[in-house]
Amino acid sequence: MEMLFLLDKTVIAFVAFAITLLIATYSTYAERKVAAFMQDRVGPDRAGPFGILQPLADAGKFFFKEEIIPNTSDKFLFIIGPGISMLTALMTSVVIPWGGTLQIAGRDISLQVADLNIGVLYVFAVVSLGVYGIMIGGWASNNKYSLLGAVRASSQMISYELSMGLALIALIMMTGTLSLKEIVDQQHGMNWNVFYQPFGFLLFIICAFAECNRTPFDLPECEAELVGGYHTEYSSMKLGFYMFAEYINMFISSAFMASLYFGGYNFPFMDSLGLSQNAITIIGVFVFFLKIFFFIFVFMWIRWTIPRFRYDQLMKLGWQWMIPLALLNVFVTGLVILLTGN
Amino acid sequence: MQLTNRSKVVSDKNMTAMEAAYLPAVIKGMAVTLKHFFMRPATTKYPEQTREFSEVYRGRHVLKRDEKGAERCTACGLCAVSCPAEAITMVAAERKKGEEGLYREEKYAAIYEINMLRCIFCGLCEEACPKQAIFLTKEIAPASYEREDFIWGKDRLVEGVEETKRIDITKRQDR
Ligand code: SF4
Ligand code: SF4
Repeated sequence: MEMLFLLDKTVIAFVAFAITLLIATYSTYAERKVAAFMQDRVGPDRAGPFGILQPLADAGKFFFKEEIIPNTSDKFLFIIGPGISMLTALMTSVVIPWGGTLQIAGRDISLQVADLNIGVLYVFAVVSLGVYGIMIGGWASNNKYSLLGAVRASSQMISYELSMGLALIALIMMTGTLSLKEIVDQQHGMNWNVFYQPFGFLLFIICAFAECNRTPFDLPECEAELVGGYHTEYSSMKLGFYMFAEYINMFISSAFMASLYFGGYNFPFMDSLGLSQNAITIIGVFVFFLKIFFFIFVFMWIRWTIPRFRYDQLMKLGWQWMIPLALLNVFVTGLVILLTGN
Repeated sequence: MQLTNRSKVVSDKNMTAMEAAYLPAVIKGMAVTLKHFFMRPATTKYPEQTREFSEVYRGRHVLKRDEKGAERCTACGLCAVSCPAEAITMVAAERKKGEEGLYREEKYAAIYEINMLRCIFCGLCEEACPKQAIFLTKEIAPASYEREDFIWGKDRLVEGVEETKRIDITKRQDR
């Protein structure tokens, strides 16, 4: 039994890992296509039908690029930086509940690698570690642009993590649990948290943009003023890792948003269709991925719509608007819970 | 003078609460990009599709022959002198007896080369030519991986003798 359990979890972990990587790969393609469509262009369409092989070509190109490590850089940290980014980006996928439970050969298999009872906290902790990859890489490059990018990244992360946490506190006060699985299960059917916490969701998604370093908060890369930001000195697959980590983060944030606010693998009328447990689970997984794709699309949509903030505006928004508003949200939620006794 | 009626007066007045909230503007912007998402791309997929060129498009050159099929160029060098990009070089030679069918004048260009990487397709060479020997055409000088391929000699510049291989430049002449 114990062996079987380990086997299940290993398989799920590997599949989740592979899917994460696959989706991150194809996000790069989707991003270019979305950008192109929004600008009335065609986008990559040469590699394979509709350019479907473009990510492979990109990866191949990255591998064959000349690898340059600056003379004056701290070599060890320089190499380990992208690795940390990638590692932390991938670590979060463990606690995400990809689906309900499957019944195979009389056993219940939960489609989640680890149901930590502090899943939300875990994601938070790992995501905050992600900034070390950027910070270390930017510092080790020994280049003022990289350093500026890294400093911006870390201050931005700290500022926005606060309001992100506060937005989540309101949610957790409502759900009364930190386990992602339980939070998702509470949103059975159409009982999604976004209907109770629309404002919290808005705060959360804005902070998620900032945490992923996506436009309009992509100040750490900021081509216009910082050359390439923290990865100015990087080349070859190390640069690829940084970019890839960004896409994985985007995917994980989307998954996180979908499970916290949009019901994860729950879908409307899941009970009234009269389907078997397994069928519901499988449809649920698809629904969950649909939600994730939608959020990834929103990430891209925003990116190709609005320009980036100025740095002082970013800080002002973070500290003078987001945090007070998030606190207000916590307060109002608390008040409502107190008054309704629920 | 007012060119369009879309111009807006710029002012630095304070933002209204609606504008300062930022989100309505973001949503408006997102509506615009979403509209464009479903619009038809303006792209011409080049090697498979080509845009239509104007009749007097200034593309790659052609060295003309006369009605009998003799090369018109007399290697006077005026095109090379007029060329602002110094793209044309030539070596002149004297016509031998019996070559009257090949070259119209007594002096002709034994080597005539245009460097298509230097050429800016200004068309001054065709204006300078006293013999109406060189013209620009509607065709594009094709891309290549090698620099040598862009130095076009007479083999590629001179049009064919046969009626079908002649390149029509009448549209350029009655400009
Ligand atoms: S088109 Fe202009 S640049 Fe080109 S060869 Fe003629 S004169 Fe020179
Ligand atoms: S192309 Fe015309 S201008 Fe140039 S050398 Fe020949 S005859 Fe002279």
